Amino acid sequence: MLSLVCMAFMAPMYVAADENLSGQEEEKINPKEIIFEHLGDGYGWEVPFSHEHRIPLPVIVRDYEGRWHLFSSSRIQHGQEYEGFMLGGKDSKWHNKLIGMRPVQVDGKTVMEEYRPWDFSITKNVLALFITVILVILMVLRVAVWYKKSAYKAPRKLTGAIEAIIEFIYNGVIKPTLGDRSRRFAPYLLTVFFFILVMNLMGLIVVFPGGANLTGNIAITLVLSLITFFITNLCGTKHYWKEIFWPDVPWWLKVPIPIMPALELFGVFTKPAALTIRLFANMLGGHIVVIVLTLLIFILGALGAAVTGLTTVVSVCFSLFMLLLDVLVSFIQAYVFTMLSTLFIAMATEKGEHGEHPAPANK
Amino acid sequence: MELFTPEFGLIFWMFVAFAILFLVLAKWGWPAIMKMIEGRADLIDKGVEYAQNAKEQLDHAREEANKYIEEARKQQAEMLRDADKMKTQIIEEARAAASKEAQKVMDAAKVSIEQERKEAELRFRDEVSSFALDIATKVVRNQMSDQNAQTKLVNSLLDEIENKN
Repeated sequence: MLSLVCMAFMAPMYVAADENLSGQEEEKINPKEIIFEHLGDGYGWEVPFSHEHRIPLPVIVRDYEGRWHLFSSSRIQHGQEYEGFMLGGKDSKWHNKLIGMRPVQVDGKTVMEEYRPWDFSITKNVLALFITVILVILMVLRVAVWYKKSAYKAPRKLTGAIEAIIEFIYNGVIKPTLGDRSRRFAPYLLTVFFFILVMNLMGLIVVFPGGANLTGNIAITLVLSLITFFITNLCGTKHYWKEIFWPDVPWWLKVPIPIMPALELFGVFTKPAALTIRLFANMLGGHIVVIVLTLLIFILGALGAAVTGLTTVVSVCFSLFMLLLDVLVSFIQAYVFTMLSTLFIAMATEKGEHGEHPAPANK
Repeated sequence: MELFTPEFGLIFWMFVAFAILFLVLAKWGWPAIMKMIEGRADLIDKGVEYAQNAKEQLDHAREEANKYIEEARKQQAEMLRDADKMKTQIIEEARAAASKEAQKVMDAAKVSIEQERKEAELRFRDEVSSFALDIATKVVRNQMSDQNAQTKLVNSLLDEIENKN
């Protein structure tokens, strides 16, 4: 998501430019392209007030022959070819992704064909990921160092705020659900919470260190929920597997057609899927709404200065409201992800003698 | 749709980043924080419990002290009463002993007075008899100074003897 503020600032300039150009060339705004460009990944990082300059990032790729290439993203930024690689064009299968050309045999003739190399580039999202990791480490170690230095004193200011969130999650979510197993799983759950929270909030900051749509990217949420999935199923007790393959229901639901076991087994895979989609869709939705509201200014800009002015005011107000709402959503989604992970782990590690946990209500 | 197809590179880096983050925090971050959070909660619990116990003990101690004071007061009164009783007793005893002693002294005095009196009586009698003899002697000597008288006396005495016989 490129800077909302920047766009708002640039609105009058665009209008002026449009008016100047109107005689010669009609430059149409393509909202879909803008939205997906800002929501997706990129090989450089936009800077405010410029469409030409981007912060160059390293591109790391392995081509079809198995050779590794490392170069700056500025080499291919404007569609140039470098070491056989370029960005996919509008009609390419991989639009705005790095592609290479390789020879293929078609009907006995050698034809050059586009292919997608193994791409380990430090893209905008990867860099944002590293920034998030560093931020979370600094935040948490700050509290840990504080505790080591001044054991039983009350932390103040930022340390106190971070500690309050840690306590909120640890004493409010993890301990009541996991009980004596808290110590074992709390490090993972707390890490997930802070990681998601910081990614969400950084996504809302519109300029450089933030602005990457990380949690609105399915790869990120997929990895997180896969880790939860593996922890859940690898730490599952006998009781957990019995509940799946031989649940406590009337026998005719299990034999001869195992309806309930099939459903339960299906549930094992839908849980992480739900985790993935929930976080991804919520964050993506928030970003899309803000961008669309901002784009309204440019779409309606064609109707004249008065309409543009009015739309600008209304859009900026609504965008601001949505962004504030997204701050709340950022926290809620991090909380929900952590809470559900805790519940899944708690259900899987249940010994069976404490009675059943209620099934989590999927949001 | 690009948004719904996870990018392999991003998945790889996400996994690496998360693993690093988790390892760093699981080693240096969370255990220390959890230990301290729980330690502090325990400390607060213990503090509250300690304070409650202390208050209870204080109340208890106050009660006990009052009880002791009351007891001491009672003992004091008893001791005073005892002392008073003992005092009267001692005085009484002393008085009895003194009167007994006095009686004894008086008895002894009486005896010695009696003895003295007897001795004095004896001595008095001796003295009286000696005085009487002296007087008699003197009287006789006086009366016998002239011859007539002597002859008369002798005659009277002789008369007496004659009368008697």
